[in-house]
Amino acid sequence: MSDARHSTARSIAAHAVLLTYTAIALFPVFVIVVNSFKNRRAIFADPLALPSGDSFDLVGYRTVLAQGDFLLYFQNSLIVTVASLFFVLLFGAMAAFALSEYRFRGNMLMGLYLALGIMIPIRLGTVAILQLMVASGLVNTLAALVLVYTAQGLPLAVFILSEFMRGVSDDLKNAGRIDGLSEYTIFFRLVLPLVRPAMATVAVFTMIPIWNDLWFPLILAPSEATKTITLGSQAFIGQFVTNWNAVLAALSLAILPVLVLYLVFSRQLIRGITAGAVK
Amino acid sequence: MGALSLSQVTKSFGATDVIKGVDLEVADGEFCVFVGPSGCGKSTLLRMIAGLEDVSAGEIAIDGARINDLAPAKREIAMVFQSYALYPHMTVRDNMGLALKQAGTPRAEIAQATDRAAAMLALDALMARRPAELSGGQRQRVAIGRAIVRRPKLFLFDEPLSNLDAALRVQTRIEIARLHRELGATMIYVTHDQVEAMTLADKIVVLRAGRVEQVGRPMDLYNDPDNTFVAGFIGSPQMNFLKGARLGLNSDTLGIRPEHLLPGGSRIQGRVSHVEKLGGETLAYVQAEDHGLLTLRMFGERDFAVDEALGLDFDPDRAFHFDAEGQRLR
Ligand SMILES: Nc1ncnc2c1ncn2[C@@H]1O[C@H](COP(=O)(O)OP(=O)(O)O)[C@@H](O)[C@H]1O
Ligand SMILES: [Mg+2]
Repeated sequence: MSDARHSTARSIAAHAVLLTYTAIALFPVFVIVVNSFKNRRAIFADPLALPSGDSFDLVGYRTVLAQGDFLLYFQNSLIVTVASLFFVLLFGAMAAFALSEYRFRGNMLMGLYLALGIMIPIRLGTVAILQLMVASGLVNTLAALVLVYTAQGLPLAVFILSEFMRGVSDDLKNAGRIDGLSEYTIFFRLVLPLVRPAMATVAVFTMIPIWNDLWFPLILAPSEATKTITLGSQAFIGQFVTNWNAVLAALSLAILPVLVLYLVFSRQLIRGITAGAVK
Repeated sequence: MGALSLSQVTKSFGATDVIKGVDLEVADGEFCVFVGPSGCGKSTLLRMIAGLEDVSAGEIAIDGARINDLAPAKREIAMVFQSYALYPHMTVRDNMGLALKQAGTPRAEIAQATDRAAAMLALDALMARRPAELSGGQRQRVAIGRAIVRRPKLFLFDEPLSNLDAALRVQTRIEIARLHRELGATMIYVTHDQVEAMTLADKIVVLRAGRVEQVGRPMDLYNDPDNTFVAGFIGSPQMNFLKGARLGLNSDTLGIRPEHLLPGGSRIQGRVSHVEKLGGETLAYVQAEDHGLLTLRMFGERDFAVDEALGLDFDPDRAFHFDAEGQRLR
């Protein structure tokens, strides 16, 4: 009985900590979203107030949507994020499978080499990357961004996925081999479904930095046709005047697609995070 | 159809030799059991026969045809794993039918084959379930069913009963023996449990550290072991090993089965250290002055007091003589 009370107290404490953390984490998002629905004066007068009948104003959204290119920026961001995500997951999982499944000379070294990128920020290579893109004529294309983000996401993907794939039963893969499944079928039909939680984890950790990145769009693809949403939003931040309504509205809108993608992966993600804890 | 032959088969992982030159003939329809302590290379040898490990040297042949470089699926074998290895996202029916589907068999034929296998193993009611919805015993029956469906030349079992509880193990063992009689197929069965080996095998292969110690029918190994390793491994409780010199013999070691040590007598002196009454038989453990702990096995209920002094005798004709290297002296 005392155990039960004790654990109630503990669970209240745990929830208090988690709720506090949630509040802190969500606060900036809350401020952005709330203020995006207010007029300029209300934003500065009382940034924390909810929009009321007086201060409610959709002028930010009107400005953003009136600017015709905005949907294009959105589309660019989505294309770049989804394509990069797809390649990171595909190539990451393939490399991880090879590293965890096959015994070959240099397996360990190859694994280390592929994981090295986790520790070395890809931005250090910006100049070389830019030269490469200029030389190959890829400047101001979405392909340039997809290539860079795929490279950026692969190390972590290979590292996490190979660890998970080592955990997939050898007997299962061998049963497949005896039943006549090809290595590709074993990979796609047996192993991938079993590491789905890990794939979702990798997807979330890969997706968010790509969506939010300002650096590479600014350097590799700043043209009007290839601007991403983060870069496009900068149009409202001027050196002398900043259209805060538009910036906040653009940021609020930019949150939506990642939120949707996150919800898609989150069910798997929670299973992935707790997999070690509950099994 | 399904005679297996190994000649000088060797396997090394890097610098360590795991299988050190194995020669073996398994006749068509034979039930052959690989037995040996854990880590002696039984699974490795089985996986080489299955084609899941490369052969470092030597030759493996089925029905006289060399299969060293054939892919596992082309060897006309089926394998049952200790961990069942069922496909978690497929129903029992799809699990059993996958190999045939992969080989391009018409759907009607697959259904017929799976139904027949299901009937043999009483799996009919489970066909639409997924592995997660089955008990351990049912999963292993499905795994066996999956093997039967393919009508292989050779069945390979790798410790299929180790994950089951004792009662289920006996039941499944009987089922495997029945299947062998009904199918008449060649079966290779790996276990570390000598009881499974004795009860199932037509032929037992005793392995130690990658080498074959002895091959023979169960009773041949029991009654005529080649060395102390086989003598000690086959039979439960273990054979007693006595020091020949202390008995005035020329041989280094004398092996006597627990049922051939007799209470009363003066050849060996000792004290009773523990008694186990099992109803049908009684086991007495006697601490002998010259030979260490000896086991006696007597029929029926027998009474001994712990610490009671007990003289032992044995029938010299039923004792095995071994030299200092453990090899049998005949
Ligand atoms: N992939 C491998 N790499 C290196 N050593 C291995 C590998 N597989 C098995 N071994 C070694 O080979 C020996 C025999 O293993 P195994 O055949 O699994 O034994 P058993 O099935 O008889 O218990 C063990 O000592 C094991 O450590
Ligand atoms: Mg084994």
